[in-house]
Amino acid sequence: MNLLVLLAIVLLIVAGHQLLRIIELSRGLKKTKEWQITDTDNNMMGKAMLWFMVLFFAFFFWQVARWMDRSLPPAASVHGEKIDVLWDANIYLITVVFLITNTVLFWFAYKYRGGSNKKAVFYPHNNKLEMLWTVVPAVALAFIIIFGLKYWNEITDDAKEPNRVVIELYAKQFDWTARYPGKDGKLGSTDFRQITGVNAVGLDTTDATGHDDVMIKNEFHIPVGREVELTMRSRDVIHSAYLPHFRAQMNCVPGMVTTFKFIPTKTTAQMRKDPYVVKMMDGINKQRAQFNKEPVEFDYLLLCNKICGASHYNMQMTVIVDTEADYNAWLAEKQKAVKTVAIKE
Amino acid sequence: MATPINTSLEHDHLVHHDHVHDHDDHEESFVSKYIFSQDHKMISRQFLITAVVMAVIAMTMSIIFRMQLAWPGEQFGFINAMLGDKWGKDGILDPNMYLALVTIHGTIMVFFVLTGGLSGTFSNLLIPYQLGARDMASGFLNMLSYWFFFVSSVIMVSSCFIDDGPASAGWTIYPPLSALPEAIPGSKLGMTMWLASMAIFIVSSLLGSLNYIVTIVNLRAKGMKMTRMPLSIWAFLITAVLGVLSFPVLFSCALLLIFDRSFHTSFYLSDIYIGGRPLDNVGGSPVLFEHLFWFLGHPEVYIVLLPALGITSEVIATNSRKPIFGYRAMIGSMLAIGFLSFIVWGHHMFLTGMNPFLGSVFVFTTLLIAIPSAVKAFNYITTMWKGNIQMTPAMMFSIGLVSSFITGGVTGIILADSTLDINVHDTYFVVAHFHIVMGLSAIFGMFAGVYHWFPKLFLRMMNKKLGYLHFWITITMAYGVFFPMHFLGLAGVPRRYYTNSNFPMFDNLVDINEIVTICAIIGALGQGIFLFNFFYSMFRGEKAPQNPWKSNTLEWTTPMAHIHGNWPGPLPTVHRWAYDYSKPGKDKDFIPQTVPLEEGEHDGGAH
Repeated sequence: MNLLVLLAIVLLIVAGHQLLRIIELSRGLKKTKEWQITDTDNNMMGKAMLWFMVLFFAFFFWQVARWMDRSLPPAASVHGEKIDVLWDANIYLITVVFLITNTVLFWFAYKYRGGSNKKAVFYPHNNKLEMLWTVVPAVALAFIIIFGLKYWNEITDDAKEPNRVVIELYAKQFDWTARYPGKDGKLGSTDFRQITGVNAVGLDTTDATGHDDVMIKNEFHIPVGREVELTMRSRDVIHSAYLPHFRAQMNCVPGMVTTFKFIPTKTTAQMRKDPYVVKMMDGINKQRAQFNKEPVEFDYLLLCNKICGASHYNMQMTVIVDTEADYNAWLAEKQKAVKTVAIKE
Repeated sequence: MATPINTSLEHDHLVHHDHVHDHDDHEESFVSKYIFSQDHKMISRQFLITAVVMAVIAMTMSIIFRMQLAWPGEQFGFINAMLGDKWGKDGILDPNMYLALVTIHGTIMVFFVLTGGLSGTFSNLLIPYQLGARDMASGFLNMLSYWFFFVSSVIMVSSCFIDDGPASAGWTIYPPLSALPEAIPGSKLGMTMWLASMAIFIVSSLLGSLNYIVTIVNLRAKGMKMTRMPLSIWAFLITAVLGVLSFPVLFSCALLLIFDRSFHTSFYLSDIYIGGRPLDNVGGSPVLFEHLFWFLGHPEVYIVLLPALGITSEVIATNSRKPIFGYRAMIGSMLAIGFLSFIVWGHHMFLTGMNPFLGSVFVFTTLLIAIPSAVKAFNYITTMWKGNIQMTPAMMFSIGLVSSFITGGVTGIILADSTLDINVHDTYFVVAHFHIVMGLSAIFGMFAGVYHWFPKLFLRMMNKKLGYLHFWITITMAYGVFFPMHFLGLAGVPRRYYTNSNFPMFDNLVDINEIVTICAIIGALGQGIFLFNFFYSMFRGEKAPQNPWKSNTLEWTTPMAHIHGNWPGPLPTVHRWAYDYSKPGKDKDFIPQTVPLEEGEHDGGAH
């Protein structure tokens, strides 16, 4: 089979060679060289440029129409909603720029296609024009900078809410552990040298505040409407905690503690009823059926988003947003079930 | 035999001789003519052919991993044939090899094809030619620059055949993943070979860049003021300066990584537990690596782009039969881009855990760099306005470059905004952005350069119709590959994922992945047309006339034979800038730079 493919390729090359030789020979009878650009060439390619523009924009709008709704659902956090507004404004702006400039480009390619009886206009510079298209972009960008940075400052400010939930996300090749404070409300300090099978996140066992900390795998809960501060650590290589539905992402770096805060606005139950989400899950489940996979319900997700090794593509944890009451109940139950890690000698 | 370095004294000495043979009366052996040549023309062809080979390798790698992404778990004889039973057992790509392929694909494309191949080929070909110089300032260093490039290419490709596989931590090779052999097999010998290859590559690049700068500053022909240089030369000059200032930082970055890997230092490592035990290293930070890497990494993308932009200026002006619009503004914007490129690197690091205030600074500087970039795009378009556009394949690729530069550039504005970056960092939105500016724009610049200067490179013409076919397949398929990726990014699909099939939330994206891969396969096959045209025309192409494109620059005044010293007689004297196309009151629509000004005629576009 591979031999046949090879043979086909060789024959194609030979055929191409012969074709070019024939064209070469027949060219000898004509006055223009093959490489010379004729009026026909310019007309054909000029028109092709215009056609390309039409098809290019059609392709663009087709993609938008078909795939816009595969985007993530509207943000499920307070700052995320602001990000979505800023995003939309930026996208509209750049789409307009994209459409207008590409139109002018391809239109000019068509309109000013060459001809043996045509002449170009000697127009080497115009400082007013340069000024115009320096200042206008600068002003537009100034707006983008100002709003972008305003939100960035809000998002990256230290968490100050005294009532906030602090959860540690501990990343390692290739899973996540969520650590919650115990009844003392504080997360214990850590010491990577004390990592064992039982002390997988490396608590410093001499620090009593950590003895009641809760280790959660597979699925962690957060309360709607309250500030959640994620503090992130990594055991081995750089990972990244990506919670796209909340518009949250932060690298987990060995040797550092990084943080990201947000306020969830929709419980998992509410999201499952959201019309956008319902439609999206419909599409997903239809596709899954084609692969003989069972249908699923919507869930918030934590994914790893920094290349971390062979199973980087499968490092995930479900996130459940509960009502305040459900969250408290869940946490209390988990806190009760904690087994203290043995103290280091 | 060492060629003496051409100082300006030497240059004057040469000018007084009518025959270049007086300077170099020697027989060249096969080895000194074809292998260890010190002639810039031969060296440029060596760079080009090596880059073409590397590009085919890297592109084939991308087809393999795109097939895995579109049809995960499906068995392909092609994959088994390419990778053997170890990495392609049962025709399915191994997950470690997936990461290895994306790593080497990126490394080869960014460094070997778009830096070595673009700068190496065209700076070497055009700098002496367009400036009216006999050769580069140092033919010897130039020769070394190619052979270091060749050796580094051989090491990089060889690393793909070792037992544990090549480097696999992404082309950005962040530690600790790239520092710890326990973390991924590619971080064993493969990573060591990558570092060796890149160290040698950096030497090659520096040798080349220094040569380019010295030649441009010192060896311009009489009358070739800096403000009469074609924009291609300005681009190569600024690119070379960027290289000289930033590559050494990558070198130091790699050196510290070598120390961490081999000598138990802790520049990048701290608080790590791996392979069942805690490591001794304390006090280091992976973020330090990221700063050092991106300090090169960002100027690097302008090192990739500026030569393509310079080439485009020449091709668009020549083929529009008009002066490039805003020559001085074009120089100014390239200088601005060059300067700004050094203070934006942190936009690759918004989410590394670095101080958010630092992030804000980088948002500001990055959005600034959009301004000169926009100016250039508008100037290209205005050059075409009221032109008499000759649709050579080179011109078509240049038009394609302007289109993709805008398309890819505007998504850069989104990514520059740290707030917006939060949700698309490390997703396919980023992959779409940088491929459209590099895998379209920069490569299109390279293609334009090859089609346009093929007559100077190989003294023959490429086939025009095959050129048209190559262009249309490439632009349609390339947009077909990378435009849909924006939507994958908007859906939250991360980069460097072996498969998207482990997340129900990505199950409805199968058709997008399939379209991307199918366009990639067709596009890759389409490059076969270019390869055929390129190699066929090299030997059997129509013999080229001296100035087929009726261009003004000096390279078109050399004879149609490759002679040592470029001009058989004295060096040309330059009387005007490079852009007198369709000047009013003249009978021809172009005036080469060597034509003296008439009485009352002004130079430089003042009219």
